[in-house]
Amino acid sequence: MSQNRISSRPLSPHLQVYHPMLSTAMSIFHRITGIALSAGMVLLVWWFSAASTSDDYFIFVNGLFAHWLGRLVLFGFTWALMHHLLGGLRHFIWDTGRGFDLNKVEWLVRANVIGSILLTVLIWIIGYGVRA
Amino acid sequence: MTTDLGKVRGLGSAKSGTEHFWMQRVTAIANLPLVIYLVYFIFAHLGAPRAAIIASIKNPFCAVALSLAMISILWHMRLGLQVVIEDYVHSEGRKLATLLIINFATFFLGAVALYSILKMSFGL
Repeated sequence: MSQNRISSRPLSPHLQVYHPMLSTAMSIFHRITGIALSAGMVLLVWWFSAASTSDDYFIFVNGLFAHWLGRLVLFGFTWALMHHLLGGLRHFIWDTGRGFDLNKVEWLVRANVIGSILLTVLIWIIGYGVRA
Repeated sequence: MTTDLGKVRGLGSAKSGTEHFWMQRVTAIANLPLVIYLVYFIFAHLGAPRAAIIASIKNPFCAVALSLAMISILWHMRLGLQVVIEDYVHSEGRKLATLLIINFATFFLGAVALYSILKMSFGL
C-alpha cells in the first residue's frame, strides 16, 4: 500500500470525477443503511436481553424506546431496514444478469427510494393501528 | 497457470474463493422471511408487558424463528462490515484490529441474543 502511494503512476478515476446520480447515491445508501442497521442490532439485542432479565429493567428499556427520541431512532431503523431490504432485492435481480439497462437501473433505484418510504410509513401505521 | 492442488481447492492467489460473496447472498435470502417475521414480532409486542413477550417466546416456533433470525442477520452483518473495513481501512494493523473487534462483537451479540431468547423460551 505505501509503495503505491509514493509512486507517480496515474490513479484510476474515482467517485468524485463522475456526475452524481441517483444510482450512485443508492449504492452509497445501501452501505450506510447496512452500517446503521448494525448499530440497530445492538439495540435489538439489548431489548431481548432486557426482556429476559426482569420486569423493572424491561420497563426501563421499553420506556427509552417509547420516548419520542427513541421512536425517532426506531422509525429511522425501520426505514434503513426497508431500504436495505429492497436494495438487496435489487442486487438479487442484478445477480441474475438482468436489469442493467440504464432505464431499468433508473427505475429500480427509484422503486427502492419510493418503496422504502412507503413500506416504512405503512409498517408504522399498522403498528399504531394494532395498538390503538 | 493453476496447480493441481489449486484446481481441487478452487482457490486462486487470493487464498480464498467466492465463499464470502456467496454467503452474503445465502444469508440475504435467509434474512428475507426471517426479518419479516422479526418485524412482525416486534410490532406485535410494542408496548406489551414482559409477560406477553415471554408467553410468545415460549412457543417453540417463535423461539426457533427468532434465533435463526438473529444468527442469519448477524452473519450477514459480519460479512457486510468486513467488506466496508477492507474497502476503507488500508493500514494492515488497524484493519486487523477492526476486523477482530467486528468478529468478537458479532459473536458477543449473537451469544447474548440466543441466551436471552432461550432463557425466556425454556422458562425462567
